[in-house]
Amino acid sequence: MTEPAEPALRAEILVPRADFDVRIRLDVEAGRTVALLGPNGAGKSTTVSALAGLEPLRDGSVVLDDVALEDVAAGVRLPAERRPVGIVFQDLLLFPHLTALENAAFPLRARGASKQEARARAGELLERLGVAHRARAKPDALSGGEAQRVALARALVHEPRLLLLDEPLSALDVRSRGEIRRLLRELLSGFPGVRLMITHDPVEAMTLADRLVLVEAGRVTQEGTPDEILRAPRTTYAAELVGVNLFAGRLERQEDGSGVIRMPAGDVVVAWPADASGDVDGAVGLLRPADVALFREAPAGSARNVIAGRVESLTRESDRVRVRIASHPPVVAEITAASSTRLGLHEGGEIHAAFKAVEVSVLLPD
Amino acid sequence: MAATREAVAPAGAPGRAAEPPRRRLRSAWLVLPALVFVLVPVVALAVKAPWSRAAAALSDSGAWTALRVSLEVTLGAVAISLVVAMPAAWALARTDFPGRRLVRAFIVLPIVLPPVVAGVALLATFGRLGLVGGLMERAHIHLVFTTAGAAVATAFVSAPFLVLALESGFRSIDPRFEDAGRSLGASRWYVFRRVTLPQLRPALAAGLVLTWARALGEFGATITFAGNFRGTTQTLPLAVYQALQTDPGAAYVVSLLMLVASVAVLVAVGGRLLVR
Repeated sequence: MTEPAEPALRAEILVPRADFDVRIRLDVEAGRTVALLGPNGAGKSTTVSALAGLEPLRDGSVVLDDVALEDVAAGVRLPAERRPVGIVFQDLLLFPHLTALENAAFPLRARGASKQEARARAGELLERLGVAHRARAKPDALSGGEAQRVALARALVHEPRLLLLDEPLSALDVRSRGEIRRLLRELLSGFPGVRLMITHDPVEAMTLADRLVLVEAGRVTQEGTPDEILRAPRTTYAAELVGVNLFAGRLERQEDGSGVIRMPAGDVVVAWPADASGDVDGAVGLLRPADVALFREAPAGSARNVIAGRVESLTRESDRVRVRIASHPPVVAEITAASSTRLGLHEGGEIHAAFKAVEVSVLLPD
Repeated sequence: MAATREAVAPAGAPGRAAEPPRRRLRSAWLVLPALVFVLVPVVALAVKAPWSRAAAALSDSGAWTALRVSLEVTLGAVAISLVVAMPAAWALARTDFPGRRLVRAFIVLPIVLPPVVAGVALLATFGRLGLVGGLMERAHIHLVFTTAGAAVATAFVSAPFLVLALESGFRSIDPRFEDAGRSLGASRWYVFRRVTLPQLRPALAAGLVLTWARALGEFGATITFAGNFRGTTQTLPLAVYQALQTDPGAAYVVSLLMLVASVAVLVAVGGRLLVR
């Protein structure tokens, strides 16, 4: 017996749209997670539709495991239902009239499996994903996290060769987001096929993907590991991504159950990650600039992190202002132009940056 | 201000918060004209009916036979409507083609067409000298003056209601559910049966009730195209019409029978869909 061929996706797609053509080339090797990262309307969802066969290509090809799913030049086009694909849609699209179990069993039933067999396999998967107790619930009775797990089960139950995740965390609140992110990392690392996720959230991309592909206005503008892109951004959008606050240091557990990332430049309080067994070096915390609030006086609110410093630079972009603060540790905030005016921000002025512990996403070293 | 509003708000009814507040009771009498307008004739029917000989009146006027014919004709009409309306409604809701609005206008034309015109038009089509009448005669298909013909005439005027109900039903279902189904390995037909149709159920139920109610009351097209023959094409409305000329008392009783059927429809299925 020879080993099964390494799964791989090679796609070169051209899909016309009203505003611009989406022209994207993708190579995803086995065992890697690639994130298509780009602003809203950049053509990411169009790419997913094209790969899934829901939108025809005008030109190009989609080859998965050396099998052409679509090849315009050769006149090959496999309909959506015959592609070995599993999708988690942005708003999940769980079938509202089916229970969680029936939703998860759908891909097997659609492929002709018997009811018992389909339900047994779907039930096992729900069990593994920790939602077996909700198997008989309808989607509108599920919490955000539960619904996400059911959607994952539905996308994986038929053992697809290509897993497509469309903004997998965007529908969740901050608390279940951390939980699902951990679950996703675990699932993704165990999934043997090609993993492709699309997102507009740099933190989501950097915490889940091995490689990023930046997409703007239907074109790939840069690709590389998160590290490479952080070090050398090539477009304004990439540069904005670099603005993500990154805290790298030693994660230590505190007496009250929270965690703290200790760095030479200062400390940041974080929520203790459920998958951390103890204090560890090389942890990374990521924080969106938009999650940082600014105050003239030290605020009395519930934020665990309040860091004082001077405004180092102000960059205005349409109605948003990015504020770089020379503090310990340094922090970048993004606020509205109106707030900036209200706070009377100017370079060199004193300011307090505040953010909650749960808003820092913590990545543990592998 | 905010505190007062909070104190006044009813506790334990969070789901109703979005509903706009109803006006005061004082203006409720404004419903009276409409209520009286509908209720008085209904009561008059009950008052004037010859209750003492109701049973005899029903059998003498052929009402029981007419009831059977009505059931056959209306169920047949609903079946024909379903077959015609389902694909049309799907296409109108899910596709876009040049002239779609014009096509839609033609399909719902029978709603505004006087039923007697519909009957004449059907005669011009299926009558012995009609457009396709000769062909059908040779194929031994007889519609004129038959129960099947009454069902066709009834379907002609009631099917558009089903098209409209189903079209709006399809429109209320996010087409991306169908995309999701196909991306998960389901054929178009499987997606229609297992994803679209179950979600269409409320619209389908409402549409079928509406169509059946319209079919039950059909008079003009049926009598014009299929005639008024006891046992084959004389439906309840036709029986009422005939009784009115010979024995008005019997007409009242049969009318009451239909009234009860209508109320039953409203309560059984329509109540949930039409009343809020």
